[in-house]
Amino acid sequence: MDKILEVKDLHVDFDTYNGTVHAIRGVNFHLNAGETLAIVGESGSGKSITVRSILQLLASNATIAKGEVLYHGDDLLQKSDKEMDKIRGNKISMIFQDPMTSLDPTMTIGKQVAEPLLIHNNVSKKDALKRAEEVLRLVGIPNPEARMNDYPHQFSGGQRQRIVIAIAIVDYPEILIADEPTTALDVTVQAQIIDLLRELQQKIGTSIIFITHDLGVVAGIADRVAVMYAGRFVEYGSVEDVFYNPQHPYTWGLLDSMPTLDTNENARLNSIPGTPPNLLDPPKGDAFAPRNAYAMQIDEEEQPPFFKVSKNHYAATWLLHPDAPKVTPPAAILNRYKKFEKLGGNAK
Amino acid sequence: MADEREVIVSVKNLKQYFNIGKPNEVKAVDDVSFDIYKGETFGLVGESGSGKSTTGRSIIRLYNPTDGHIFFNGQDISKIKAHGPKMKEFRREMQMIFQDPYASLNPRMKVKDIIAEGLDVHGLVKNEQERDARVRELLDMVNLNPEHMTRYPYEFSGGQRQRIGIARALAVDPQFIIADEPISALDVSIQAQVVNLMQDIQKKQGLTYLFIAHDLSMVKYISDRIAVMYRGKIVELADSNEIYNNPLHAYTQSLLSAIPVPDPEIEKKRTRIDFDHKSPFKDDQRLQEVLPGHFLYCSNEEAAKYKN
Repeated sequence: MDKILEVKDLHVDFDTYNGTVHAIRGVNFHLNAGETLAIVGESGSGKSITVRSILQLLASNATIAKGEVLYHGDDLLQKSDKEMDKIRGNKISMIFQDPMTSLDPTMTIGKQVAEPLLIHNNVSKKDALKRAEEVLRLVGIPNPEARMNDYPHQFSGGQRQRIVIAIAIVDYPEILIADEPTTALDVTVQAQIIDLLRELQQKIGTSIIFITHDLGVVAGIADRVAVMYAGRFVEYGSVEDVFYNPQHPYTWGLLDSMPTLDTNENARLNSIPGTPPNLLDPPKGDAFAPRNAYAMQIDEEEQPPFFKVSKNHYAATWLLHPDAPKVTPPAAILNRYKKFEKLGGNAK
Repeated sequence: MADEREVIVSVKNLKQYFNIGKPNEVKAVDDVSFDIYKGETFGLVGESGSGKSTTGRSIIRLYNPTDGHIFFNGQDISKIKAHGPKMKEFRREMQMIFQDPYASLNPRMKVKDIIAEGLDVHGLVKNEQERDARVRELLDMVNLNPEHMTRYPYEFSGGQRQRIGIARALAVDPQFIIADEPISALDVSIQAQVVNLMQDIQKKQGLTYLFIAHDLSMVKYISDRIAVMYRGKIVELADSNEIYNNPLHAYTQSLLSAIPVPDPEIEKKRTRIDFDHKSPFKDDQRLQEVLPGHFLYCSNEEAAKYKN
């Protein structure tokens, strides 16, 4: 498969009154053509900053300390703002979390959807508006011809998110970055938006980077999954690898702390104790160690490298080191391993 | 049997309208009735705008109900005056935990003063020493370090702030707590901590909860019974397992079919049930018991189908 985007050794720092926050501490990943990569993690884990770095949409106190963002082999971090303008919203576009604040309240939606075309392509206003209408129909806005001149406040939350998606895809981008696009929405609307993204991917062949904290949503949309914690990836692999054969104790904790509809009401939920580390002063060893029941001496001292679990599946935990003692994951994870075997996999 | 259990809160034909008589009149809660039994967790679910939060806020009398009655321990509290002594008495028995742990704590107050505000209002402590001792006890109860009582809210994480909110609600020793989306703003790993804490405290203190949420899997886990709200009405009410295993209302079915599950195989096979939002209610429909303990918003004819 073609790698259309590759992020190499990304480091992002933020200057704050309290000192420098090392928000991203060495992130590597790539995106294949036509796939959906989901990045999951808690708030503050750095998933939004990672994707905003791709488009250089970071706050003014942020610096990309190190790294490369290769788009078709071209390093985007070396490009000027002017050059980036040609890429943003055209080749790579972004959908933000909050449909209430990502639309201009004083501009009709027809104009807002047509805007990227007028900026990037040499098209007449008439053609751009015609195209906007088509795209609004594509994302499921009823009677788009009649609603082109309406303002955002005249639409519901779910419809507004559809409009935001329409703006993002009007130029048929190669890459669509969706940053928690369904978090602010109700479950039924969320399900519709996810169906829509899947459908659009098939129609226009866009590759998607999908950011979310909701593992249920990930299971439904992702081809590959990366789990992020304290500014680093801790595990990545195919959606089956990560959900049925997870290896990192943090992934175990995340999967285990969500009640499913089958969770016994009399059992206590398994929670991950404690809180994420302060990235003003990142820990020397594994950042998850203080919250990890399976932590060993070495976790305090040295950051674990990525260990290969299977083809395309990697996890950064010392538990995978050949000398590590054998541990038994939580019961719910063992059940997932059983499912993995049933699917023909070879669970560890 | 359900009927023999003691009712702590009884809502009868509650209506909460806003902008009455104006063109933008909103019937946020439109003729809702239900009972909450002592010691149970009653889940109220629905999408944004369904009226679930308004129902909670009307029960604790943050609003003056437009019509209907709210009985708390048999006493009608729907008409008591906002600043009277009766209201004060009643608010000691009923407390609330809010959704946003950032907005619901005063940033200029120390944690101990936030928690002790209720103690002061109700004159429950005689002196500073007693007050501090009680605050320590409460912080300990919610698994926060009592040494941190002189800190300000900004020094705490979201999950810790929600614990402070819980400690504040517990300070006056209430019988009944309304938790309005108490975990929606928290991360997955922290949600489980807070839910476990709420359940531990419930067992210890014999509390009753009204748990308002849109996260259906968490609601099922925590609730004994669940009511599903849609456009200001309860469309279905039953034991939590019954609601999930045997949903009768088309809206409940569509809601359940949309819950994402952290399992790719299940997600691949998912079939979403669409709900027709055009004219969902008919005049001859009302909430009625169609199976033992299972209430459905339907007409008498529809109800008869289930009764045989």
